[in-house]
Amino acid sequence: MPMPPRRIAIVWLVLLGLLGGNILLAYAGLGIAAPAVHIVIAAAMAALVLLVFMELDRGASLFWVFAGAGFFWLAILFALTAADYLTRYNFAPTTGG
Amino acid sequence: MSEHVLEKQFADLAHQSETAELGIWGFIATEVLFLGGLFCAYTVYRYLQPAAVIEAARHTKIVIGSVNTGVLLTSSFFMSWASLAARAGQSRLLGWLMLIAAALGVVFVALKGLEYAQEITEHLWPGQHFSLDIAEPREGEVFYFIYWLLTGIHALHLIVGICAVSVIARRAMRGEFSAAYHSPVRVVSLYWHFVDIVWIFLFVLIYLPGRGA
Repeated sequence: MPMPPRRIAIVWLVLLGLLGGNILLAYAGLGIAAPAVHIVIAAAMAALVLLVFMELDRGASLFWVFAGAGFFWLAILFALTAADYLTRYNFAPTTGG
Repeated sequence: MSEHVLEKQFADLAHQSETAELGIWGFIATEVLFLGGLFCAYTVYRYLQPAAVIEAARHTKIVIGSVNTGVLLTSSFFMSWASLAARAGQSRLLGWLMLIAAALGVVFVALKGLEYAQEITEHLWPGQHFSLDIAEPREGEVFYFIYWLLTGIHALHLIVGICAVSVIARRAMRGEFSAAYHSPVRVVSLYWHFVDIVWIFLFVLIYLPGRGA
């Protein structure tokens, strides 16, 4: 059986470690900070997959533009949605809309 | 081989491969927006009904979800290795690595099916027979509506990926790819990794809320 390239093997182990860390943190009772912590760890995992497994770190700059475009428009989608829901008093979380 | 795979509109194989890869990145951008809309719906609902989402999410099967995340990350590792084997012109190794990645995809779908079966037995399918032992079961039902929709669409993407990877693996076994020409491998591998990234976020949003309380 041939050995896997060292770089991707390390990234795979780091990904499994981050997954384990995220699960442990879920049981640690982080309270209100929990969603943000989980999302940041998930984003780090996604970044590793994008850069190393999808080889974006070695990709042409045009790939970066295409990959970034999706996330850019996604940010607009979230920002405009938040601008609506976060500023409407009748959609406050306590009333449930 | 190389003369037969070069389409006439391209100057050379590198030009053809780069165009194919750019095409799948464009497709992924549309998928980010398609799935992003559903993630946005989840975010809004979690903002509106934080307590109900946390209570409902506590009833998801975290053991199966965690194992499945590990399975998918491992499949991505094999797919990444396959890409490198393709670049090195190791055709048979490439075929086997892709088959392993596809097999791990099948494991994921099987475990997800097991989880779905348990949830249907527990009446967690939204509708007339939905039942959830929490303070706000109706609000919890909406969480499960989003859960089935998001995980169902993800599973569908994965099944498409398993089929595509299996086809390319078969072509690799036949020796259709070389160090110079392997852009179909790159295209399916990028799709596969993207489906993995979607799950990374789904996992933390669906399975982790409310575990520490």
